[in-house]
Amino acid sequence: MAESASILEARDISLQFGGVRALSEVSFQVKNGELFSIIGPNGAGKTSMLNCISGRYRPTAGQVFFKGRDITPLTPNQRAARGLGRTFQNLALFSHMSVLDNIMVGRHHLLRNNFLSGAIYWFGGAQREELEHRRAVEDIIDFLEISHIRKATAGTLPYGLRKRVELARAVAIKPDLILLDEPMAGMNLEEKEDMARYIVDLNEEWGMTVIMIEHDMGVVMDISHRIMVLDFGRKIADGLPGEIMSNEHVKKAYLGEEDDVVGEVA
Amino acid sequence: MAAAAFIPCGQFKTTYAKDTTIFPTPVSRAFAVLALVLLCLVPLVASRYQLNLAIQIGYYGIAALGLNILVGSTGQISLGHAAFFGFGAFTSAYLNNAYGIPVFFAIPLAGLITTAVGLVFGIPAGRIKGLYLAIATFASQFILEDFFARADWFTGGSAGSIASPFGLFGYEFSSDQSYFYVVLAYLVVMFLLGANLLRSRDGRAFVALRDHYLSAEVMGINLTKYRILSFGISSFYAGIGGALFGHYLGYVSAEAFTILLSIQFLGMIIIGGLGSVMGTLMGTAFMVLLPEVMEAGVQNLGGILPGMSDALAFIKQAAIGLAIVLFLIFEPDGLAHRWRMIKAYWKLYPFSY
Ligand SMILES: Nc1ncnc2c1ncn2[C@@H]1O[C@H](COP(=O)(O)OP(=O)(O)OP(=O)(O)O)[C@@H](O)[C@H]1O
Ligand SMILES: [Mg+2]
Repeated sequence: MAESASILEARDISLQFGGVRALSEVSFQVKNGELFSIIGPNGAGKTSMLNCISGRYRPTAGQVFFKGRDITPLTPNQRAARGLGRTFQNLALFSHMSVLDNIMVGRHHLLRNNFLSGAIYWFGGAQREELEHRRAVEDIIDFLEISHIRKATAGTLPYGLRKRVELARAVAIKPDLILLDEPMAGMNLEEKEDMARYIVDLNEEWGMTVIMIEHDMGVVMDISHRIMVLDFGRKIADGLPGEIMSNEHVKKAYLGEEDDVVGEVA
Repeated sequence: MAAAAFIPCGQFKTTYAKDTTIFPTPVSRAFAVLALVLLCLVPLVASRYQLNLAIQIGYYGIAALGLNILVGSTGQISLGHAAFFGFGAFTSAYLNNAYGIPVFFAIPLAGLITTAVGLVFGIPAGRIKGLYLAIATFASQFILEDFFARADWFTGGSAGSIASPFGLFGYEFSSDQSYFYVVLAYLVVMFLLGANLLRSRDGRAFVALRDHYLSAEVMGINLTKYRILSFGISSFYAGIGGALFGHYLGYVSAEAFTILLSIQFLGMIIIGGLGSVMGTLMGTAFMVLLPEVMEAGVQNLGGILPGMSDALAFIKQAAIGLAIVLFLIFEPDGLAHRWRMIKAYWKLYPFSY
């Protein structure tokens, strides 16, 4: 990676839900072009961290910097327009829309047509613009190998495909940074391998910086450039995959009981 | 017909363009054109009574499409649609009576002014959802009804106000035969605009907002803006429909725009199919024709069961309520869905099993 400037910086993020402290003064940086993973036991605060970055939650304290600017006060849609995309841990597709329309929604902030020019479709340039973006969306569809279901209603698809459509929708935003919350959860081995390949390609070929939450240690160790470990809302380590695996705190807090899994992969 | 020029002209040859047309197959497009041509012939053959029903389907259908964009596509709710319909009717009449603006211009202007009013009443929708929004729109129904009753200068008070006939180049469309074409032109244009809206950026944003508002926001959609915008657009349709209604009857009075009509509008889109453009028209036709069918039935039975005709008004109301309930239970996706199933059947014919 030639560039090493940080695209994202979280500074002392704390998040409180009533008595629950989901995050406590977590700071980290993600470099431009990195594939960065966040791991930790259930309830560690990983999703909460992504929510603070995407704007779903406003941190109780701390700031988020994206491409050098403080985005903490921005709403999620303003952040999307600045090049931030994400997927959800629990599927969040537009279930009555076709796969194609789901992905086209990702182009929202890139499209200029509105209710007026859209309503006179043929005359105000809306048709031309829609078709241009349709072409870009077809590239994404080809890349994620979902062309056979492009007309299907999203809600009728099996789980693994829905996950893929959700990824396609986030890619359609043309994000500089994409946040993936457990993209492989509930998938079989083959689906996981495909998904891992897509993520690596997005990072390497499409030039997207990736922050990924994932429980599958094999995949995480395999494809991540750097890893951060959360436990009870605190950052207990960050570093290269090798460093994380040999870190004593991490072993104790998280990997301890799953030593065999790690061993298997390494 | 000016409206006929709006039928898509097939100069766009890329496959994606074909893929996104309003009428998905050449057959369906041919059918649409044929239907339009046949509709143009209707005034030549239809009785005055039939024309009157067709015109009603036209202006109610336009207003119902607006409500369907708001409720069916955007997933919001409105119990005040009739009030906006009425506002459009009064506004168009007022613009013509007070300022001498020709009806030809007063109708679209009334649509725009009703949009502005709808945007204001839509502001709560930016913040509240579901039952709370239903109550807020219920309130807007009564606020506007109250306004109609008090603003004599605008509505003519309890006497109502006169609405002049539609005119163009000195020709008055005062007969049902001629007014039918005015309503048909508006219907075609408004439905094409609606169908286009729903297949372009902002229409997708509405549906995204309905299906999953949290991820819509993450996709870059400004929730508040689109929730309020949807009210504005729905009011535009209500205003145009109402204005056409006023200039047809020649007279506008507030009794026509009660909560009952608001419920009937909801019935039209539920029966037709929430979120379906063509279904809106089917549902409207159903709602307009159902009471007529009931009436005919009751008159035929009148000889056998005397007293039936006394209960006619009640039977008409009850039939509408019953139809809505039955559709909700047995055909929640509305007539549009049934229609799609029939089409799918014929597509595969004779191999459909
Ligand atoms: N909206 C909320 N309201 C109340 N508590 C919440 C909310 N969201 C998260 N929490 C709490 O914050 C803590 C961290 O949750 P979070 O979802 O971030 O964990 P996670 O690391 O993503 O876990 P998992 O691996 O199970 O997805 C948990 O104790 C959770 O109960
Ligand atoms: Mg989580």
